[in-house]
Amino acid sequence: MTRVRIPPTLRSDTGGEREVEANGADVRAVLEDLTERHPALRDRIWEDGAVAPFVNIYLDGEDVRTLEGVDTAVREGQSLILLPAMAGG
Amino acid sequence: MASYRDLLQRTKGEIEEIEPAEAAGRADSPLYLDVREQDEWDEGHLPGAIHVPRGYLESRIEAAAPDRERPIVVYCAGGSRSAFAAQTLGELGYGDVRSLAGGYTEWKRNGFPTQLPRTLDAGKRARYSRHLLIPEIGEAGQLALLDARVLLIGAGGLGSPASLYLAAAGVGRLGIVDADVVDESNLQRQIVHSTKSLGTPKVLSAKAALEALNPDVEVVPYEERLTSENIDRILAEGWDVIVDGADNFPTRYLVNDASVWHDIPVVHGSIYRFEGQVTVFRPQVGPCYRCLFPSPPPPELAPSCAEGGVLGVLPGIIGSLQASEALKLTLGIGEPLVGRLLLVDALEASFSEVKLRRDPDCPVCGEHPTITEYVDYVEFCAGPRAGAAA
Repeated sequence: MTRVRIPPTLRSDTGGEREVEANGADVRAVLEDLTERHPALRDRIWEDGAVAPFVNIYLDGEDVRTLEGVDTAVREGQSLILLPAMAGG
Repeated sequence: MASYRDLLQRTKGEIEEIEPAEAAGRADSPLYLDVREQDEWDEGHLPGAIHVPRGYLESRIEAAAPDRERPIVVYCAGGSRSAFAAQTLGELGYGDVRSLAGGYTEWKRNGFPTQLPRTLDAGKRARYSRHLLIPEIGEAGQLALLDARVLLIGAGGLGSPASLYLAAAGVGRLGIVDADVVDESNLQRQIVHSTKSLGTPKVLSAKAALEALNPDVEVVPYEERLTSENIDRILAEGWDVIVDGADNFPTRYLVNDASVWHDIPVVHGSIYRFEGQVTVFRPQVGPCYRCLFPSPPPPELAPSCAEGGVLGVLPGIIGSLQASEALKLTLGIGEPLVGRLLLVDALEASFSEVKLRRDPDCPVCGEHPTITEYVDYVEFCAGPRAGAAA
């Protein structure tokens, strides 16, 4: 089980939940399970089969782009953060 | 019972002295420690010396000279107070301490170099006393703050607390870029403005408040929207740090590109509802905004505070963190948030961090930049979707 942190701008797609659970052996599988459980997220996160470029994904605080991208293995107990940019000031 | 003369003679016998000519010729750059009183220091001192009046020697020397192995030449006016100081330093474990024979008087008489300190006047000494007490700031740090120039993008939620704290801290020159006027909906969080400034340009409202808080500060108002056309002119006026408190993506990407090209660090803050993000973009040292966010979210996923709301105090937290980072950059102290994105959640009262890295393929700060001049930032942030829809 992986805890996935949902940013405020995507919470309307998780029924307001700030943190949800999903399963998977790598980042792609976790995100697929996540969008299975919360279908409204699907079009937000996925774009032509890839993660939308404006969504940053951190696995235990490390940007997965600096790891193996969506192929990065996810171990039990690690957590994901989805993080799009916020402009407000 | 020993007289003063006896005590001095005995002490001088127990410490090492050094003649001015020998001290001046030393190649191992000892630490010069001036133990005279403030008014004596103010009249001139050895170049590069640090000042710890003898009365504070025991309590302050460890912060001022943490390395006990570094050679120290301690001096006073004539060599007596420094002899007692040298003895104390020995008792505190400083291994290589010498007292300057004949003191500052003899040094100066021999024509060795001296310098006049830049000092704070009594008024500033009182105003900034809580800074002066901190070893990492002190008088030199406060003088650096008074010389510092910080440009704030936006006099809104983030710019309000950031500018107030920077002004209070004595940052000598604060530029503020904002084209808006103060509106009733601003006052729930934009604490640099007030009810009586409703309808006035934010930069002028802020200037009045900040200069009232601290007349040492010069506020330079730019009552204009930051654009590709005016940003070079504004940055050319010379800024040490940019505090980005903009409320839209086009401005944030514009500020980023310009800061990389002008080599100015940006203290970034952004807020939405209960959550905020803070980081420092230091060109060529750490990642830039485009390394972090190569592309902005589509408009429907990037509601502004005007659309989605924000807890009034949240910009107080985030903007204050930005002010703290700006002060650290100015003073060259501490660990700035370079390569780290601090995530703040007011509802959980939690602070967490993710790591940021430079993207070697970054179109602006990467190894082979593909963006080398300003682009149409509004169009860039509208994205291909908007273009396709239109």
